[in-house]
Amino acid sequence: MSRENGAFGPFGGQFAPETLMPALEELEDAWTQANDDREFQQELNDTLRDYVGRETPLTHAGRLSEQLGGAQIWFKREDLAHTGAHKINNALGQAMLARRMGKRRIVAETGAGQHGVATAAACARFGLECIVYMGAEDIRRQALNVFRMELHGATVISVESGSRTLKDAINEAIRDWVTNVRTTHYLIGSAIGPHPYPLIVRDLQSCIGNEAKRQLQEKIGKLPDVAIACVGGGSNAIGLFHPLIDDPVRLIGVEAAGEGLDARHAATLSAGAPGVLHGTRTYVLQDEHGQITEAHSISAGLDYPGVGPEHAWLMLTERAEYVSVTDDEALDGLQLLSETEGIIPALETAHAIAYAARIAPSMSPEETILIGLSGRGDKDVEIVRDALAARSG
Amino acid sequence: MSTPTEPGLRYRAAFATAESRSDGPLLFPFLTAGFPTPEETPALIEAALRGGAAGLEIGVPFSDPLADGPTHQSAYTVALSAGASVQTALDAARTARAYAPDSALTLMGYLNPFLAWGAEPDPDSSEPGEAVGRPMEALAKSAAEAGVDGVIVVDLPVDESDATREVLAQHGISLIYLLAPTSTEARIDAVVQRASGFIYLVSLTGVTGERDRVAADFEQFVARVRAKTDTPLAVGFGISKRAHVVEVGKLVPAAIIGSALTTTIASAPPHGRAAAVERYIEVVTGRRSDETSE
Repeated sequence: MSRENGAFGPFGGQFAPETLMPALEELEDAWTQANDDREFQQELNDTLRDYVGRETPLTHAGRLSEQLGGAQIWFKREDLAHTGAHKINNALGQAMLARRMGKRRIVAETGAGQHGVATAAACARFGLECIVYMGAEDIRRQALNVFRMELHGATVISVESGSRTLKDAINEAIRDWVTNVRTTHYLIGSAIGPHPYPLIVRDLQSCIGNEAKRQLQEKIGKLPDVAIACVGGGSNAIGLFHPLIDDPVRLIGVEAAGEGLDARHAATLSAGAPGVLHGTRTYVLQDEHGQITEAHSISAGLDYPGVGPEHAWLMLTERAEYVSVTDDEALDGLQLLSETEGIIPALETAHAIAYAARIAPSMSPEETILIGLSGRGDKDVEIVRDALAARSG
Repeated sequence: MSTPTEPGLRYRAAFATAESRSDGPLLFPFLTAGFPTPEETPALIEAALRGGAAGLEIGVPFSDPLADGPTHQSAYTVALSAGASVQTALDAARTARAYAPDSALTLMGYLNPFLAWGAEPDPDSSEPGEAVGRPMEALAKSAAEAGVDGVIVVDLPVDESDATREVLAQHGISLIYLLAPTSTEARIDAVVQRASGFIYLVSLTGVTGERDRVAADFEQFVARVRAKTDTPLAVGFGISKRAHVVEVGKLVPAAIIGSALTTTIASAPPHGRAAAVERYIEVVTGRRSDETSE
């Protein structure tokens, strides 16, 4: 696989304004040096263990597997990581990198608020100034997470432009970064953006797949047959998939089909086209004139019209499959997991559950599905309550 | 109108006149194609040229303009709602070329609308720079026919630009590079080796929009670039007043005004927009003294 200059075949690259290019070069150098620095790696690993609570458990979903009547299902429990989702793995690593570069001011974007909370926590832990851009629509949907960020001392700035969701928050974070680039690190939350971000985020999230692979080996002595993760930007999915890429494991990324692929959705790989958004060449939701169209998903974290460039490459090379699940199916998945296993997943994660429920019955009990359980659902319970009430009413 | 075969001929002619001017640098106003409506664009284009513009930056609106401040963001939104597209910008160029045959015309925009104008993406491209370069063929052909001299792509840094530059050059069009105060010596070297037409110096570290004064380190920035190349330089971002134009004119032969002109259009009465543009350009080029604000 070609990875020179951040290229994943024809995807990836660095499509950023000139003002930011020196900062991207500096970031790439800093990351390369940090990777070779034993002290940095030691501190990162210690912090992931003692602060985040890694490694996270691998849980056998016995009742869910039995009810679906097919494959055995296992969960990699990122919902049990500090702050409630996999986002903290990346936020901590990049915060440490920013400190290493002497940048004491952090800007970040957030959709569901999980990355914002993780970044705010990491900044509090390392004493960094934290500014989080969040779409006004998402602030409404995720008020609790806004308050959590503020408790950590972060400043949350409401973004009123465009669709007032994640993509507009990213635009605004980049504008801040363009203006304050000499003092500021942009702590991007998914495996998107110009090189080296997709690489950095993947590397920091690869603990998910590396641990799960080892844990499953210890528990059942083999690799999973299928690995499933939800895909918005795709950071938890690439963290799960990347360590399995050279193994005989079927990789399935689940996108948000929203109200359906012929209506409003966020299924970029399933229904988008190649283009350039936020510094990278990847699949993009766009109209015939190359204008970015608004994504829609019940889950704010998947509500993004782009996707990480490595996923575009994994699709092009047919190493991974990308499917989609509607808002309604995701709600079913959330209820199913809550009732059978006593776990309320994030709405993002519920997309992966819903797809596993679709394919597990046709698999044999000797086969294994590994699901990246990327986040907990506390933040979503109000939305879920309203959606279920609307459905029954 | 025949198309120059070598990129940069009209720029060369325009900049040659700059040397003999005593009234300040060349002015290349930035006008968003289709703002406030595609129907009004030709009249605004002609008004800017009549007011004394030596050329134009014709902006292609984009839904996600991450290097632009609020003024251009909202202008793009208005233009897109009114149906503006790359075609609107090409039509604007054709209008300008007919009205002022010697003017230097530059399209300015973000990659994705330019790519969408082109053919289907080539799945066999081996790397991202090539994958964006190949679809530019369609744009290059149409732009050459419309009389465009150069294209500025805000989110195409020199690192990814070679395929695009070659495709544009085959149609006699310059890829205009941007440099910023943060650009390293190595990056300046890479740009000056490839530049034709002119090099666009971003005056400040930030997004487009009006500022009170020219950035303090601009003179030093110009000197860093000037030491490496004879390619003409133009300055943009944050230039809004006659005083700014005079100040930067001592350092570079051309200035670009964007957000302030957009504000002028937005705040003029619907039937007075062309007159407001002409008057504003006359003021910033020094043809008319400004009785209103200075």
